[in-house]
Amino acid sequence: MTAAAIAMNRSVPEYWKAADAEHADASSGLSLTIRGLTKSFGSQQVLKGVDLHIPAGQFVTIVGKSGCGKSTLLRLLVGLDKPTNGEFWYGMDPAAAPDQSVVRVMFQEPRLLPWARVLANVEVGLGRQRSDAAVRQRAHETLNEVGLGDRRGEWPAVLSGGQKQRVALARALVSRPKVLALDEPLGALDALTRISMQRLLEQVWRDQGFTALLVTHDVSEAVALADRVLVIEDGVIKLDLRVDIPRPRQRGSVEIAALEGLILDELFRDARAGEDA
Amino acid sequence: MSVEARSWHSSVFVQWALPAALVALWETLSQFGLISNRILPAPSAVLLAGWKLALTGELWRNIGVSFLRATTGLVIGGSLGFILGLTNGLSKGFERATDTLIQMVRNVPHLALIPLVILWFGIDETAKIFLVVLGVFFPIYINTLHGIRTVDPQLIEMAKTYGMSRWELFWRVILPGALPSIFVGLRYALGFMWLTLIVAETIAASSGIGYMAMQAREFLLVDIVVLSILIYALLGKVADSTARLLERSCLSWHPAFQRR
Repeated sequence: MTAAAIAMNRSVPEYWKAADAEHADASSGLSLTIRGLTKSFGSQQVLKGVDLHIPAGQFVTIVGKSGCGKSTLLRLLVGLDKPTNGEFWYGMDPAAAPDQSVVRVMFQEPRLLPWARVLANVEVGLGRQRSDAAVRQRAHETLNEVGLGDRRGEWPAVLSGGQKQRVALARALVSRPKVLALDEPLGALDALTRISMQRLLEQVWRDQGFTALLVTHDVSEAVALADRVLVIEDGVIKLDLRVDIPRPRQRGSVEIAALEGLILDELFRDARAGEDA
Repeated sequence: MSVEARSWHSSVFVQWALPAALVALWETLSQFGLISNRILPAPSAVLLAGWKLALTGELWRNIGVSFLRATTGLVIGGSLGFILGLTNGLSKGFERATDTLIQMVRNVPHLALIPLVILWFGIDETAKIFLVVLGVFFPIYINTLHGIRTVDPQLIEMAKTYGMSRWELFWRVILPGALPSIFVGLRYALGFMWLTLIVAETIAASSGIGYMAMQAREFLLVDIVVLSILIYALLGKVADSTARLLERSCLSWHPAFQRR
């Protein structure tokens, strides 16, 4: 098979291009295409073949019960693990060399360097560009964006959990990523801090237009933030749901509650069937 | 006067209250003749002996010699322990290759080597420094290795997602993460440093505080023997305080060392 034939084989279908065009105007994100992705740990197959196209700038949330493979999928997509089979690529060109620096990840834990001041922690996100003073100025600005500009000289140890996670967000955003992957970053926060973090997340996503992939086990969070909710069960995508509710969204509105119900039904269908029998 | 200044003042007082009280008790008991001068001379007599030795210059020369031996041994043994701890902490293969030998040597009490060391090096400087090197090597080696092995793997993963080079990963994540443990090793090493030196100087030396004590014993000068012991105690305290100061300034990010 020639190189041209391979490229043809991996070209993107027309309807995907249409979806990309829909988001292309406001976005500085990258699209993501996944083909037949599987991952096994030993004899245990965690991902059993995922096919997916995410247009640039879309906010996608991934929900599922623990152990369903949602975090594994995210780790593959940010390059922390290697897939067993299948492939994925960012942007429209499958053959382009992957540039991991356009993809940033936020973990459940803030993972700040305890021995670096808040500002220095944000500068970690600049990577090799850190030596440039003009670029370092961006770390200041990003810290202001998350509302912690006045805490830049502090040690991370004195910050609250929510503040640490905001520093981690600033670190992820400072290099203006095209894709932001979030692995339950709000999972360890209290309910009120969580809501303000969700608002902040939505706001920076609207400002910067990156493609967002948020893994969460909180269905209402998933619906409140997403353009599209993916339900993963047993290593496959069980449900792919568009959320067309206009933003800013009203928490607890009927539409959101209806979608939440739909997703919860999908997640607990097997359990219900068991009860009926 | 601020509250902080007062609490700082009282903490120094608390630190030295017990040793001072002990010396006062000792002096009183000696003055009343309850402790024989032949067994334990009064602190004032010890001070007087120290003053005389200081005037002849003998005291300073011996302290200087011991101090030089201690620091030379610490620098050599500490560097070796640190470097081997780093390489073994960073490379599993290297550790597997060297670990058996290191564990075997570690379990030999290094002071048991004194007869052999005297045969090898005689009683000149090399012998003492060699023993100090052996004494400080293991605490620093083991704690450096442990520190590197226990750096939070989540931070290392984070550093990798931000594209840190191996060099940056070492300087910005692994070394700072291992530092608290390395300091624990350093403080242990300082203890072993004095212990080794005292024994080595007592057995095989022609200068130094240990030699001074042994000479005094020959002539039944109990006050100088006691003086030597007190000097060791003070030098040990100074070394430990220096290490703590260093620790406090290097680990100021650590919640345990933050000034309240």
